[in-house]
Amino acid sequence: MPPAFPPLYPITLQHGLILGAALFSIGLAGALTKRNSIVILMAIEVMLNGVNVTFVAFARQLEPAVLTGQVFALFIITVAAAEAAVGLALIIAIYHLRHSVQIDEANELQG
Amino acid sequence: MNVAILSPEISLGAAAAVILLAEAFSAGNLSRVAILALATLGIAVSAAFLIPAQLAGVPTSSFSGAFIQNGFTIYFKLLMLMATFLVLLGSGRFLAQAEGRRAELVALVLLTTAALMLLVSSTELITLYISLEMASLSTAFLAAWMKHQERSAEAGLKFFLLNALSSAVLLYGIALLYGITGQTQLNGIARELVGGATPALLLALALLLAGFGFKVSAVPFHMWTPDVYEGAPTPITAYLSVASKAAGFAVIVRVLQTALPGVQTEWVGLIAILAAVTMTVGNIVAMVQTNIKRMLAYSTIAQAGYILVGVAAGTGQGLGAVLFYLAAYTATNLGAFIAIVEIADRTGSERTSDFAGLHARAPWLAFALAISLLSLAGLPPLAGFFAKIYVFWAAIQTGLGWLVLLGVLNSAISLFYYAQVIHHMYMVPAPSPAPGRSLPTLVAGLTVAIAGVFALGIFSGFFMGLAETAARTLTQ
Repeated sequence: MPPAFPPLYPITLQHGLILGAALFSIGLAGALTKRNSIVILMAIEVMLNGVNVTFVAFARQLEPAVLTGQVFALFIITVAAAEAAVGLALIIAIYHLRHSVQIDEANELQG
Repeated sequence: MNVAILSPEISLGAAAAVILLAEAFSAGNLSRVAILALATLGIAVSAAFLIPAQLAGVPTSSFSGAFIQNGFTIYFKLLMLMATFLVLLGSGRFLAQAEGRRAELVALVLLTTAALMLLVSSTELITLYISLEMASLSTAFLAAWMKHQERSAEAGLKFFLLNALSSAVLLYGIALLYGITGQTQLNGIARELVGGATPALLLALALLLAGFGFKVSAVPFHMWTPDVYEGAPTPITAYLSVASKAAGFAVIVRVLQTALPGVQTEWVGLIAILAAVTMTVGNIVAMVQTNIKRMLAYSTIAQAGYILVGVAAGTGQGLGAVLFYLAAYTATNLGAFIAIVEIADRTGSERTSDFAGLHARAPWLAFALAISLLSLAGLPPLAGFFAKIYVFWAAIQTGLGWLVLLGVLNSAISLFYYAQVIHHMYMVPAPSPAPGRSLPTLVAGLTVAIAGVFALGIFSGFFMGLAETAARTLTQ
């Protein structure tokens, strides 16, 4: 059954790609400029979501019957969850030692 | 679906599980030797599955072509098993002192090796990504193992954050590649890429190289390397510098050769530039380091540059040279790091200047470190010399003469800082005798590594033949 009101602006591949690229870029900018390690972790999650949107957009365009793109996005979501667990555990370890999660105070090792 | 193809990886996982269970049932009192014995058994069983497959010489694949076993993967897997074994042997008192948690440490190292072995066998991008993350996440924990020491915890966090960032960049590249070709199988991608380079494809290629460049610490994606190598416990640094790096190069070579032959001209150019920058920056910054682990970190960056020269050459001979170089580099770097584990443990210092007069206090350690450093610098008849010769020769034949010239200049520069350590050890008088004897396991590990450095040098023709045979199976 066709929808009663056809969408005014059908969502095309371009919309998905632009959203994905925007999320990825915002996340990248955040990850490179922020100094709080939790915020950096969140920025990286935003980047991963940008990648997910890109995958799903491509998958819908390329091969509606084959689900590789969606499956990839699901795997990324799972790995991102594991990554958050590992990252927060490491951040807690650092917090125990110096009561701060600022990455620029982590200067025990000089670049 | 042929699950038996995973036997080498499953053996390692089983060994890790057995170690953890034995630890639990012995109420945390499992001795260091018992843990090492169980780990060695796991590694031996894993190798026992690989060697018959190698002799049979039949490439097999499973899981809808997502996982492959051929000469190339077996070569890398045996190399990584050997490296893991030597790292565990050479971990010395670090393992003895990691009270209560040493079973977990060894189990985690075995699982990381299993993940790296999955990585070199993956021929499909989802499998590749999952194995990569599996290896990276456990590596972050390993780097932060001494979590009550600020530098170790910091090393773990830095590795984790930068690795997550690089993985996201890599994934965006993979997403674009998927969008362009509609494929995640590496050979499927190659089939679809017939039209040559488009801007989107070049962007995907650049993102992929940035992601993989991080894994092998190529400049300018090397920032994490010195910090993590210095902060992590030395045996873990040794492990990172050989096993992870070998797997990283295996993946780069596989993706470039099997998925992207359609844009070979483009990636040869990019890899050549990466190689040039990597070896130059690595060598120049290594000269001013005072901490030996930091110096070796920059030295491994420089070595990655030389290996990239072979990747850029891209021919069968170039790939063989890359494989041979990785074997030589593994033996050499393990020799250096195991010696440093013990020296730092005895002198309580990682500063190069505190290595003064080491030859009088610990002649075998000083000799092993000197041989390793000379091999890294590329002096005959050691492994490092022939590795460089093969890589440079392959590059000359594909018209990358300028890169080879730069590589030779860099080797000359590198001799300066390697020789400085040797000068401290042999020429500067010793301040005071250091007490203590080395653990027999550490001495055994060190001896095997040094024997490897000599054997790979003296019988380089034989080993190069093995490497070339293994490399040939990649492109078949």
